[in-house]
Amino acid sequence: MARMKFLCDAERCIECNGCVTACKQEHDVPWGVNRRRVVTINDGVPGERSISVACMHCSDAPCMAVCPVDCFYRSEEGVVLHDKDLCIGCGYCFYACPFGAPQFPQAGAFGVRGKMDKCTFCAGGPEKDNSEAEFKKYGRNRLAEGKLPACAEMCATKALLGGDGDTIAEIYRQRATTRGKGSEVWGWSTAYGRPEAPKPAPVAPPGGKS
Amino acid sequence: MMTRLMRMVALVSGAMAALMLAGCGERPQVIDYKQGKYQGKKDEPPYMAAPYNGNQEQWERDIRNRTQNQNEYRRIGS
Repeated sequence: MARMKFLCDAERCIECNGCVTACKQEHDVPWGVNRRRVVTINDGVPGERSISVACMHCSDAPCMAVCPVDCFYRSEEGVVLHDKDLCIGCGYCFYACPFGAPQFPQAGAFGVRGKMDKCTFCAGGPEKDNSEAEFKKYGRNRLAEGKLPACAEMCATKALLGGDGDTIAEIYRQRATTRGKGSEVWGWSTAYGRPEAPKPAPVAPPGGKS
Repeated sequence: MMTRLMRMVALVSGAMAALMLAGCGERPQVIDYKQGKYQGKKDEPPYMAAPYNGNQEQWERDIRNRTQNQNEYRRIGS
């Protein structure tokens, strides 16, 4: 198995926030923490585009590089995870991450930083798989159940793809080459069919009046 | 009767002493930090626990099939 990755198809994302809701519900994520969110560019302008963003499980993760207590590790499947028992909640990873993936629960009256929380690719963390401790700290471990991340599997338009990088890239490639580009993607003709070709003129039967 | 009582007292006091001595044990409070190395708990691969119980091949096959569910050209035919 290669590396697990997410891929969001901006042509398909309809900003429904289904992925965000699926993630929140699946892992019982506390209020104020968003492991995944939908970002819209040129909101309200014709041609706006939305993409769903979470931890991208970078191959050379900057969060891992800057963590002063080295609480990050990469699993066999290429998923970037961390040990919450080691995390000191300093926030360095938040500054380093280009996607704003690390989240900090605002626990307490003064909004002190808690342990960092982020997308786990539904792979739990360094606790016994599918144990209560794992669920409490990191959320559900769907990978150990042979399932893919909830956000990707719940996506109604299948804009968000999750899984083995090579496989999802191939799915996306087939999709992009099949649908074409420009107005062919989501245009009038896609919705209502392409204009029919003009019918050929009726041919008179040989040797007779029509 | 007396010997029985004495034995009981000795047993209880022995157990109490062991219990109290256990409180004297000291565990290191700080981690032995090695810079640049992950020192957290070891995580097991996802196929090690139930329901796969170490069957990596089956797990990979299941994940591969599941990934293809995201491909509607294959799922419902083009």
